[in-house]
Amino acid sequence: MAYSDKVIDHYTNPRNVGTLDKSSHKVGTGLVGAPECGDVMRLQIQVDDNNVITDAKFKTFGCGSAIASSSLATEWLKGKSIDDAMKIDNMDIVEELALPPVKIHCSVLAEDAIKAAINDFRVKNGLAPIASEKVHH
Amino acid sequence: MNIPIYLDNNATTPMDPRVLEAMLPYFNEKFGNAASRNHAFGWVAEEGVDYAREQVAKLIGASDKEIIFTSGATESDNLAIKGVFEMYKDKGNHIITTVTEHKAVLDACKHVEKLGGKVTYLPVKEDGLIDLAELESNMTPETILVSIMYGNNEIGVIQPVKEIAAIAHKHGALFMTDATQAVGKIPVDVNADGIDLLALSAHKIYGPKGVGALYVRRKGPRVKVTAQMDGGGHERGMRSGTLNVPGIVGLGKACELCGLEMESEAKRLSTLRDKLQKELTVLEESYVNGNVEHRLPHVANISFKYVEGEGLMMAMKDLAVSSGSACTSASLEPSYVLKSLGLSDDLAHSSIRFGLGRFTTEEEVDYAIEVTKKAVTHLRELSPLWEMFKEGIDLNSIEWAEH
Repeated sequence: MAYSDKVIDHYTNPRNVGTLDKSSHKVGTGLVGAPECGDVMRLQIQVDDNNVITDAKFKTFGCGSAIASSSLATEWLKGKSIDDAMKIDNMDIVEELALPPVKIHCSVLAEDAIKAAINDFRVKNGLAPIASEKVHH
Repeated sequence: MNIPIYLDNNATTPMDPRVLEAMLPYFNEKFGNAASRNHAFGWVAEEGVDYAREQVAKLIGASDKEIIFTSGATESDNLAIKGVFEMYKDKGNHIITTVTEHKAVLDACKHVEKLGGKVTYLPVKEDGLIDLAELESNMTPETILVSIMYGNNEIGVIQPVKEIAAIAHKHGALFMTDATQAVGKIPVDVNADGIDLLALSAHKIYGPKGVGALYVRRKGPRVKVTAQMDGGGHERGMRSGTLNVPGIVGLGKACELCGLEMESEAKRLSTLRDKLQKELTVLEESYVNGNVEHRLPHVANISFKYVEGEGLMMAMKDLAVSSGSACTSASLEPSYVLKSLGLSDDLAHSSIRFGLGRFTTEEEVDYAIEVTKKAVTHLRELSPLWEMFKEGIDLNSIEWAEH
């Protein structure tokens, strides 16, 4: 199976690889997936006082598409308010990276990681987590 | 050195130019049907087939009359298992095999189960070898066939074939082996090993794709299989269909070359393989899968913990290797062979199979070592699991959300 140029680009030059201080109340961490499934994503966001994401970092165990999906997600998150970040849809990632059907789960995982990071931030700051009503196909 | 480097010789091998040369005349000038008994075109083709039959037989210590040409090892496995079941079902309906067999054997066995057969799938030990005592304890008066592979395609372990044959025979069963990965790589002798049926394939031994053979013992005991392909009664009635003369000639030549060069090749390849393995296991948390003493000379299957195989292969794009991970399959199931060794799913996902071959050079192996080391290091920098491991977090203590 051939990867798209964008997947190869993100895979070869992943953006925003790294770790934020997960104990900080300004940092939200989302850890999704499972080693047994061959995909684990950790996505972290740094949020300022205006609820704007000022930094995002990731580390991913997984295939090229999983790495590219999380790398792209961190690019998109930076500068977004957490409300707008909540609206990122996995299909946007599929489209941007031209993921084939067998790799759609990588984008689902990235969306889950974004939501998990935001909810971690919310809970840390005394807010209720937002339940995802979306049903993935 | 040409990039990419081919290190997937357990999947298939490039054809040896000497094999191609032997085949070429049989496409045009010697195009006859080997079954045409009444003219020179047929005789010439038949001569080519007869010679190839001798070449194949010689490599495995058989007689030429015991070689049935097929379309490949998958067909040979099917013919052996289904054919023995049909032929001997009045004697018994039980077959014993192992969980690490190739799908051609496992699925042929599943077919037999649908026809009313009983199949025991023996587990393997952590090193990939079967437990002989367990084999013996599963033998019953109903057991007609024991089918256990010679060398494994994923991890390269070599089963104790001689001992397995002895147990099968002691209990009145036939012994069949899928020797696709072993023939031409290590000495295989049907008489010394006690093999009654043996499947082999040309394209794993530098021959063409689409041709293989089934060895069927003729003496002590005389073994018969019921044909699975009906037609003109070719191949002593066991496999109908016009013979693939160029392919068969190629298989014969490939066998001849293996017979001549196998011993020195095995030494050369195991030296290169050991170098690769030694260098790559210098990396932290890397493990060789399967028994390393009873192993084919050209294979190394290594798990690099905390990196995922498919992602790793992408970073090794200059190398053609294969992974036990199956991220693209709908089930996301990693290799059943590695899992049957007791490997956890994450280690199975982290495995890479290196398969060296006749045309692999030391320069290529050195390059492969360098590329793999870089790729593993790169991906570990990206891996949250590696970071957790380095921080001393027990990954089993985390509640993962399986998806």
